[in-house]
Amino acid sequence: MIPIEHILLLSVLLFTIGVLGVMLRRNVIVIFMSIELMLNAVNLSFVTFSRSLDSMTGVVFIFFIIVVAAAEAVVGLSIILSIYRTRKSLNIEEFNLLKW
Amino acid sequence: MLTIFYIFAALSVFGALGVLFLKNPIHCALSLVGTFFCLGSIYVMLNAEFVAVIQVLIYAGAIMVLFLFVLMLLSSSDTEMSSNKWTAGKILAGLLSLGIFVQIAYLFTGNELKLGTKGEYPIEVVEEIGSIALIGRLLFTDYILSFEIIVILLLVAVIGAVVIAKRKFH
Repeated sequence: MIPIEHILLLSVLLFTIGVLGVMLRRNVIVIFMSIELMLNAVNLSFVTFSRSLDSMTGVVFIFFIIVVAAAEAVVGLSIILSIYRTRKSLNIEEFNLLKW
Repeated sequence: MLTIFYIFAALSVFGALGVLFLKNPIHCALSLVGTFFCLGSIYVMLNAEFVAVIQVLIYAGAIMVLFLFVLMLLSSSDTEMSSNKWTAGKILAGLLSLGIFVQIAYLFTGNELKLGTKGEYPIEVVEEIGSIALIGRLLFTDYILSFEIIVILLLVAVIGAVVIAKRKFH
């Protein structure tokens, strides 16, 4: 049996890499991929707790998380597509119309 | 078992670091697909076969193909992260994420989290009924309202994506 601390540490590590990706990268699509990575890290900790606590709730939650992630990816990518039509760029520094 | 877990864990961290450091966004997407596959095999080791299957089918299959499709549709010619110098913002970001890592890791390795009450599905019950049958049963009994809401959410997302991507802005 794998010790659950190790799996949880893996999940925290992946989450931190995702946070770093959101803060350091400037390409919108790469930022989006980092968000997917953070969602996956959370999924991993859900499965781990679900297994160690003998419950199925975490696994059912992952089903919902993956559906929400798919919906988010579809809507987000279409927003990026329509921003690209006007700005001709993927750099997030140039999307500053709503920036204070 | 433990060695295989460490191999897949190392590979998944490696793929995640690829997302963070590779210059070409298409390479980032492919390395993220590798991470998703490794996470899927870790799910198999944790007796969550259903999650492993939808991880590979939906994440590594559908969502990442969508990402790659958009990346190849938009010519990603603009080079980013060209400056490798350490600005104050980057150092601040590093410190902030280090703080996040230490805090969550401290919480996860502490003893408080292991005191939760045990659920009613130990591994023997899951193996007897079958993981997928059990999830299906739960989805259509205890979580039926959430299931209906998620169906409406998917419908709204599909319609929204078509409307946003189709409209011409002047």
